[in-house]
Amino acid sequence: MSTDTATADTHTEHDPHATNTGISNNKLAMWLFLGTECLLFGGLISTYLLYKTRGNGKTLPTDIFDIPFTSVSSFVLLMSSLTMVLALSSLQRGDVERSRGWLLTTAMLGSVFIGGQVYEFTSFYREGIGYTTNPASSAFFTLTGFHGIHVSLGILMLMSLVVASVQGRLKPQNAETVEIIGLYWHFVDIVWIFIFTVIYLIPAE
Amino acid sequence: MSDTAAVEHADDHAHDHPSDGEYIKIALILGAITGVEVFTYFESVLNWGAFLIPSLMVMMVVKFWLVARIFMHLKADGPILSRLFGGGIVLAVVVYIITLLVFNFF
Amino acid sequence: MATSEEPLALESGQADIAERPLGVMTRPQGGNGWRDWLSSVDHKKIGIMYGIAAMFFFVVGGIEALLLRTQLAFPEQGFLSPQLYNELFTMHGVTMVFLFIMPLAAAFANYLIPLQIGARDVAFPRLNALSFWTWVSGAIFLNSSWLVGGGGADCGWFCYSPNSGITFSPTHGVDFYAIGLLIAGIASLVSAVNLIVTVLNMRAPGMSLFRMPVLTWMLLVTQFLLAFALPVITVALFLLIFDRVFDSQFFDPEAGADPLLWQHLFWIFGHPEVYIIILPSFGIISEIIPTFSRKPIFGYSFMVFSGIAIGFMGWGVWAHHMFVSGIGPISVLAFSLSTMFIAVPTGVKVLNWLATMWGGKLRFTAPMLFAVGTVAMFTIGGLSGVTHSLAPADTQQTDTYYIVAHFHYVIFGGGVLGLMGGAYFWWPKVFGYMLNETRGKIHFWMMLVGFNLTFGPMHVLGLQGMSRRIDTYSEGFGFDFWNLVATLGSYVIAISVAYFFYNTVVSRKEAVDLPPPGPDPWDARSLEWMLPSPTPEHNFDVIPTIESQDEWWHRKYGYDEDHNVIRIATIEEVAQKGDAVGVHLPSPSFWPLVLAVGMPLIGYGIIFNLWLCVLGGLLTGGAIFAWVLEPVDDPDAGHGHDGDHSDHSDDDDDGDAVAVGADDSAGGA
Repeated sequence: MSTDTATADTHTEHDPHATNTGISNNKLAMWLFLGTECLLFGGLISTYLLYKTRGNGKTLPTDIFDIPFTSVSSFVLLMSSLTMVLALSSLQRGDVERSRGWLLTTAMLGSVFIGGQVYEFTSFYREGIGYTTNPASSAFFTLTGFHGIHVSLGILMLMSLVVASVQGRLKPQNAETVEIIGLYWHFVDIVWIFIFTVIYLIPAE
Repeated sequence: MSDTAAVEHADDHAHDHPSDGEYIKIALILGAITGVEVFTYFESVLNWGAFLIPSLMVMMVVKFWLVARIFMHLKADGPILSRLFGGGIVLAVVVYIITLLVFNFF
Repeated sequence: MATSEEPLALESGQADIAERPLGVMTRPQGGNGWRDWLSSVDHKKIGIMYGIAAMFFFVVGGIEALLLRTQLAFPEQGFLSPQLYNELFTMHGVTMVFLFIMPLAAAFANYLIPLQIGARDVAFPRLNALSFWTWVSGAIFLNSSWLVGGGGADCGWFCYSPNSGITFSPTHGVDFYAIGLLIAGIASLVSAVNLIVTVLNMRAPGMSLFRMPVLTWMLLVTQFLLAFALPVITVALFLLIFDRVFDSQFFDPEAGADPLLWQHLFWIFGHPEVYIIILPSFGIISEIIPTFSRKPIFGYSFMVFSGIAIGFMGWGVWAHHMFVSGIGPISVLAFSLSTMFIAVPTGVKVLNWLATMWGGKLRFTAPMLFAVGTVAMFTIGGLSGVTHSLAPADTQQTDTYYIVAHFHYVIFGGGVLGLMGGAYFWWPKVFGYMLNETRGKIHFWMMLVGFNLTFGPMHVLGLQGMSRRIDTYSEGFGFDFWNLVATLGSYVIAISVAYFFYNTVVSRKEAVDLPPPGPDPWDARSLEWMLPSPTPEHNFDVIPTIESQDEWWHRKYGYDEDHNVIRIATIEEVAQKGDAVGVHLPSPSFWPLVLAVGMPLIGYGIIFNLWLCVLGGLLTGGAIFAWVLEPVDDPDAGHGHDGDHSDHSDDDDDGDAVAVGADDSAGGA
């Protein structure tokens, strides 16, 4: 009883060493959230797999995939994970300007990816596959659309960090925030790793 | 937490972070694997035969593993994070594979 | 001093910054006015709000049920058209599941988890407020369908396709269903993440996971189920909305789509959902029964592990809701087997509750009656559930009233009775006065009798062949008598609920003349009972150090040489006084409310006019940015490290203020 800790401060959890797991609340929360997102994307991927051959007499996405094009945009997204982790490591080293540059680069690469998606979607539409064409197309566009929205939200967060950095509010002691947004960004990249293989590369039976 | 304490704290962790050079190496490996994956598309599928899909899956898992373990730092962080994320992935894979099985997908 | 968690936030303590919240957004400095409740981030206030709102929707769902039962009291009644009947049973189910029982469980989870683990609040207090306001928005949005949607959703709470499509459900009811549940789902998902991080990260020193009360464990498992199940129904609801609003091709059989996709996605969520519903109740009675048996819970480890087992196994049984949907004999067999197995961990729990009572000094207070009633009624519902697991038998039972009987026995008999017991048990802790015992017992018996009169006969009706989801039945089938009994029973339930509300009001009036309950009126076992009633805003004066399970019990009782239980301290000696001052609490905020209001606007926009989406999006997006920029600690609040002018000579080595005497802080958070 006499060993009860006098702790009048609720903010002990801001210090990662004050949590039971040793990991900050924010980081734990982000990883848990990413775990739940697996169920979301898994559902969308499964829906596409179920429907990928159901064309209702019209063109299927698998008929008109442009693998060379998609490979380039996949590569771009993959490299954006590299720039993201370089942004984090430079901030951890105290190099605020370099981290700002890498964050901006990551956002740019993400935007190139989104641009590629927009181009791909519009060319599909021109080739006869729209959102409502058949179950396969609805599933394809919903899956890649959700992924694209996730990437776009990530770009928004990255640009917010860039702005904060320009205003001098992103300092080395804020590295964990960059790390956590980085986790989200890498996850979005991982989802695309799955999508690229399972949806694009695995041939239609 | 004072500024200096925070930067020192960051320095402590720097020892378990991979260096920038290591990150770039991983990125090159990821790029190379992607290259191989794309290569399978151009080469005639008959050459790969039954190996195609398993190979693609293996390459996909390797890429995922590298990004998760190294870029996302799971290798150096506490196991709880791997368990939370891994739990989500395993659950999703199991539940959705069962669903596809019920649909006679395979 | 910059806070490491909020790099974009303005630094606390900077009072002369250019960006200031608008006057109406100025954060209250402590009090109990409506603005304090709207901006509160205190888990206790949020828990109370969840509870009150849930009871409101209990009445809404109950009225929907009474209308259904009144129609079914006699054969061939038609004062409710078939369409209206469909809407009523759909909304009854949706309301009871999503707007009553889940938020009532959330009320207990929010109020009790921090107290039971020795914390001052949850991990993310503003997110906690967001969850509540988002859920309220979703609940109001869903029910606004009655007014502006052309009626309620009419597809059943499970909303199977192709029934749910535009062709067969042309009003906007289903749109409100889908979007309303999406909004409410966000609330629960955020809350789940919040509570999991709280339990994993914020336990008091010495509170290992295996010293946590069983209630906290059951709620933890529930949060994991919520976190992983909600995304699946999120997918389903999006696909449904896209089909209805954007003409996508997910569920149209003529386009080659498979309506079973909906069923799988819905039930992959839906089955964990029923464990989400029941586990909080299981946790609650696992606190009540030991208290009123004066024995620790029998088999603590078994209780914990069986809860975890239920959490895992609950993912493997969903297609037992689909035995007659054409999934084929192999799938039916597999799910039939898995469903039989899942009865085991629940059976373990029932045995443990009984073993706890065996040989104990039993006191049949109102909470204890509800708890024992829960065990008994859940067992009955569980037994009928076991009969469903046998697929050939289920082929006859499915879509009959036998199923309706089963799930009401487990959800109402198991879930609601347990939650009612929890209400009686923790009422003094939350509100500072006891609910009258005699009236509590009357409430229990009325509810129990009414419940059994309503749902007991449904077993018979179902096996006699009465379909569920029908607006009436013909004479001559032999259904008349038991339907009338069931209807009368439903009125008795309604009276018992009204009586409960009456009890809450009158008990409060009477409490003025009664001695206050004090910290521990029941002589209970867990940490919340070491605090004054009602709980002080800062929870613990001093965070306790934990040395065992049932920590509070062990501070009151020890053992003598012959291993008899002896009292070692009075409540006055070991309870906390609640008089600590200068405790740093998270500041309130209006942004969660603003963010939450944006979401139904987006919903109305999807249904009616996309410009509303823009407006809602701006509100939601703007609130997110304002939230991130808002300092975690209100710079205008006169307490804590920033405005602290008090004498620090008493501080301990870490610089933490030791809670002695008064300081000149302006007020609470």
